[in-house]
Amino acid sequence: MTNVALTVNGERREADVEPRQLLVYFLRDQLGLKGTNVGCDTSSCGACTVLVDGESVKSCTVLAVQADGSDVTTIEGLAAGDDLHPVQQAFHEQHGLQCGFCTPGFVMATVSLLRESPSPSESEIRQALEGNLCRCTGYHNIVRAVEAAAKAGA
Amino acid sequence: MSILGNRVVRLEDPRFLRGEGRYVENLDLEGALSVTFVRSPLAHARVNGVDVSAALELPNVQVFTGADVDAHPFGPPPHWHITTGMERPLVARDVARFAGDIVAVVVSEDRASGLDASELVIVDYDPLPAALSVEEAVKDDVLLFPALGSNVANRGGADDLDDRLFDECEIVVSGVLVSQRMVAAPLEPRSAAAVVGDDGRLTLWATSQTPHTGKMVVAGLLGLEPAQVRVVSPDVGGGFGAKMVEPEAVLVAWLARRLGRPVRWTETRSENMLGLPHGRGQRLSYTLGGTRAGKLLAYRLEVLGDGGAYPALGAYLPNLTALMANAVYAIPKVETRTVSVVTNTTPTTSIRGAGRPEAAQAIERAIDRFAAEAELDPAEVRRANFIAKDAFPYATPTGATYDSGDYDGALDLVLRSAGYEELREEQRRRRAEGSVVELGIGLAAYVEISNPVGEAEFGEVEITEDGGAILRTGSHSHGQGHETTFAMIAAERLGVPVERVIVHRGDTDDVPKGTGTFGSKSTQIGGVAGRVAADAVVERATALAADYLEAAAADVLLDVESGSFRVADAPTPSLSWAELASKASADGRLGELRAAHEFQAPPTFPFGCHLAVVEVDTDTGKVVLVRFVAVDDAGTLINPLVADGQVHGGIAFGVGQALFEEVVYEEDGYPLTGTFVGYGFPSAAELPSYERIEMVTPTPNNPIGVKGIGESGTVGSTPAVVNAVVDALAPYGVRDIAMPCNGENVWKALREARG
Repeated sequence: MTNVALTVNGERREADVEPRQLLVYFLRDQLGLKGTNVGCDTSSCGACTVLVDGESVKSCTVLAVQADGSDVTTIEGLAAGDDLHPVQQAFHEQHGLQCGFCTPGFVMATVSLLRESPSPSESEIRQALEGNLCRCTGYHNIVRAVEAAAKAGA
Repeated sequence: MSILGNRVVRLEDPRFLRGEGRYVENLDLEGALSVTFVRSPLAHARVNGVDVSAALELPNVQVFTGADVDAHPFGPPPHWHITTGMERPLVARDVARFAGDIVAVVVSEDRASGLDASELVIVDYDPLPAALSVEEAVKDDVLLFPALGSNVANRGGADDLDDRLFDECEIVVSGVLVSQRMVAAPLEPRSAAAVVGDDGRLTLWATSQTPHTGKMVVAGLLGLEPAQVRVVSPDVGGGFGAKMVEPEAVLVAWLARRLGRPVRWTETRSENMLGLPHGRGQRLSYTLGGTRAGKLLAYRLEVLGDGGAYPALGAYLPNLTALMANAVYAIPKVETRTVSVVTNTTPTTSIRGAGRPEAAQAIERAIDRFAAEAELDPAEVRRANFIAKDAFPYATPTGATYDSGDYDGALDLVLRSAGYEELREEQRRRRAEGSVVELGIGLAAYVEISNPVGEAEFGEVEITEDGGAILRTGSHSHGQGHETTFAMIAAERLGVPVERVIVHRGDTDDVPKGTGTFGSKSTQIGGVAGRVAADAVVERATALAADYLEAAAADVLLDVESGSFRVADAPTPSLSWAELASKASADGRLGELRAAHEFQAPPTFPFGCHLAVVEVDTDTGKVVLVRFVAVDDAGTLINPLVADGQVHGGIAFGVGQALFEEVVYEEDGYPLTGTFVGYGFPSAAELPSYERIEMVTPTPNNPIGVKGIGESGTVGSTPAVVNAVVDALAPYGVRDIAMPCNGENVWKALREARG
């Protein structure tokens, strides 16, 4: 077991983890943050996307020990109480989600994208979200949601 | 004003957006043991023995083999007419019949130790020759069930083919289309958890589109009374037809009873790629004949279907393909014949479209081939042969009765919206200048059958003490948005705000009956059942309100604008739902404000016309879908926002089959597409925005006029895209391209045509 200490959604967390423990299972099983989903195990689908030190990462590809000392934001850390984050709000209004399983990953990836590029073109959005897979929406309304979030200054 | 037809944002969204989805994997289950399945890596093998001794040396590990599991084998229901004797033992005993067949089950304290232990289970296999394709299996050289003497799992259609079917035809085209094997690929892998209560009742949480059917299956296989079983299917992360109740969930239930401890299982993606039933897998031989002027006279469709190792729904689906063979066309003579065989591959089932895409793919390819041969515009050949708008109800030669349609209207709309003439002009321009990147334009007119076997669905509406409502439905929602659309349907009848209607589904203890969600049937039977139940509640409430208003029930009406009851012609006094419910509750009469209904109706036939525009690089074979214009008509729309989403997702699924997706086995049966690395379905980067055009032709088959919309996008999009790719390469002599039309297959077709 190895001790890790990190900040998750603004709260300092410390725990003993197996060295082989993936960040996503650390978040889900040890911290009880079950909003981050596991979709593929091969870093293909992006359902497990979280922010580490402000950048989107696929948490099934990071060991918990690698996140030691870092600042992690998960989907649970996005909304301000009753108010959804503008990216969450845009996904809601544009019907950018159906079954919801890929949604936390898409939302986190979008937050990261809009920090890097506040008003991306449709083509930039599609390329930037290539690492996140959705089987329900055909992406049309996800792209609309990202555009709407950009417009809202998210 | 009615709420129906408004773009209402979904009521269920916030929990998903906040990461509070109630997926089975998120269930807190104190002290649950973890289940890991040991699966055969071989396609076909004799299992001589399973050595579990090394695994058992790990702490707190138990292993079960086929000899330990006393549950009944897993077989299809009788109405699918599958050969008996091909049932699946929950754990393979003497023979493993596909790479992925379960040969042992490990139970451990946690996921990681289960994985460690599963790697220590030593299975002694003798490899057997494998039948991996339908062409191989139909020869009966390799038999999966030797005692039966044949691999045939199901047959349908004509016994003898008519030699003279095409005698009057001036042009006859024929070909073979392989509708390749695909995976459903829901983003959520399957999960199951089970616990036996102090009362001995079993509760199974499962990622299922059909919890009520699941309950009957589990009870049947474990030898329990249905009343002893509760199945809960909470939020499910996509199903696409494949997530019913499979052997894994039954085994989880069996283990909970055997061990007297809660148990749970969540599959890995690679396990999902092998274990969740696959779809499509049909070899379609088509022949289409008609006059030189473009009138179609005769069509023959022969289907060789792939049931996988243990045949179930997938082996039955060619019958549905045959039923929809002639699609939107009035063809005087239609002949179909279907055979399904077992192969040493993952079992097959319904995936988005389920038998109908295959029918559309075959005839839409055949029409384009015919048009090319007759040197006619493919749009004109379609138009000349459509079933006329005034011909409905229309009885097809294959035995279906189409309810309503306007196929001409859909074609006109798509051609106009896309700017068909301008696109052809651009195509001619590129051809004339010898562009390396050719433009292709593809059409597909389609009709599909939703609620294909005319099932019933249960709905119940109950007024709660605070004047809100609960709508219980036997339908399931795993992305389709029932919590919004079904609430809208009830809210419209009750005159309450949509957010005051809470939709319950997915728990067999809470909802007494249900047929679940598949075949695009939810709204047209489940939604309608909710509406009829709401009407019954209004009638009862009116009678109750009459008591309180001291009037005759016949004189009391519900003003749906304000959601209150009053005596006709007198604005006051009135009783709101909240006031009525509160009084009824105080008087012990709240139970009167509850009514249930089961609504059964024949199938409906959604239709439309899709147009795809592709660019094909003739040097590399690379295909880019640049535009997709879709006219889809599913009758009355409850919530156009949700309907758009269903069409968009359907289109992407169909484009996936046309251009990208394919399950591939190595020659020895080892699956090469066992992860999302090897199996690519499209991301946002491979797809354009879609140009969706609404069209509304209500069905007479239910009081709302609504048809199914979940699968239509898929039915139309695959042939539209394939036709576009072939169209782009027509000047090179290319007449056909195997799906998926990826760079490799396009490049091969070009090379072959260029000689």
